[in-house]
Amino acid sequence: MSNYRQKILILYLGSSALDSDVKGWTLYDGTGENAHTTGDSFEPPYKTGLDALKEGWRVIQFPQLNPPYPGEELSTSFMKYEYIFEKIVEV
Amino acid sequence: MQQEAKLLNSRQMAQFVAQGYLRLDGLVPSEINTAVMQEIDAGTIHGAPAGTPLSQCYSGSAIRQMLDLPEIQGLIHSLVGQDPLFDHDAVHVREPMQGKAQGLHADSIIDPRTQDFDIQIMYFPHDVPLEMGGTLLLPGSHFRKVNEMDIARYQNMAGQIPMVCSAGSILVLHHGIWHCGRQNRTDRRRYMFKVRLNPQEPQVRLWDLSDLEAGYDAHQEIFAGKGHENDIQTILAKSEPWFENASGRLEIVNRIKMWRFITNDQNFDVHYWLTRLENMPSRG
Repeated sequence: MSNYRQKILILYLGSSALDSDVKGWTLYDGTGENAHTTGDSFEPPYKTGLDALKEGWRVIQFPQLNPPYPGEELSTSFMKYEYIFEKIVEV
Repeated sequence: MQQEAKLLNSRQMAQFVAQGYLRLDGLVPSEINTAVMQEIDAGTIHGAPAGTPLSQCYSGSAIRQMLDLPEIQGLIHSLVGQDPLFDHDAVHVREPMQGKAQGLHADSIIDPRTQDFDIQIMYFPHDVPLEMGGTLLLPGSHFRKVNEMDIARYQNMAGQIPMVCSAGSILVLHHGIWHCGRQNRTDRRRYMFKVRLNPQEPQVRLWDLSDLEAGYDAHQEIFAGKGHENDIQTILAKSEPWFENASGRLEIVNRIKMWRFITNDQNFDVHYWLTRLENMPSRG
């Protein structure tokens, strides 16, 4: 088995701009050192998505910008600006 | 003899419309809390078939005593009418020293209703310190159309609230609110009693309207930067910390629509958001 593990950071941003403010955050730690779960922190790990890049996180998914369905222009659902980052760490 | 219901006022209703919940801390007296804990331990809390009028449920029990408190009767009457239907209940238990919290979710299944709404009353019969978790809720999430655990990968959101409270506290939630059971890191079990209620009358002007001043709905100057009083429009316009810049504006539109529904006032607006879209002179 490889000695490398993936850490995943998901940031929900205030707009489609990577340097906009973090509104929500999620962490999964493939090393098993940390067990993150719902409601376990009240301050975001970074102020913006760009700040995560500066700490060595690599973006692996940008959210697509999809137009609303006709008639559903005013409805809301999931967080729209979900950026997924990774770090590969040696164990 | 049952006391008269203490109806909600208009600002409380606006708060519910804006944030999808109200909390009444330490409301239920300790003797009822103790009796309910005994009923939980004895497994004697029994609801009724779904669709039973609430007035016919829990006869002679401590849960009935809780529901008959004037403040509880008042919030029920104000939100879902005089005698709503019992949907279901549950005693939620979070075991000690849990390794994981529940995933964030909205209850039941995706609910396409845009006006009528159910409420869920959550009752915390014992103290809930932060290390015991408390139900986590996200203010203002009730209009977002999601199907139950679709949102379970949203671990933390800015402005989320853990229900840290004293014994006898009550949360009343719009059916769509995003919430979950936080991790219980103590060596004690955590209990919470929940009951869902469905309206059986139009949810229009059911609260104490005496504080709804004439002209409260007059258009205000947009983006004036003035510190308005805590009036209805201001309450409905307040952004939540987790709102995205653009969708956050749509949440205010959702609130305007709900306020129009519960007041039966189709001209009400905040910041001109809907009036602007409804202005179509070409249609005559």
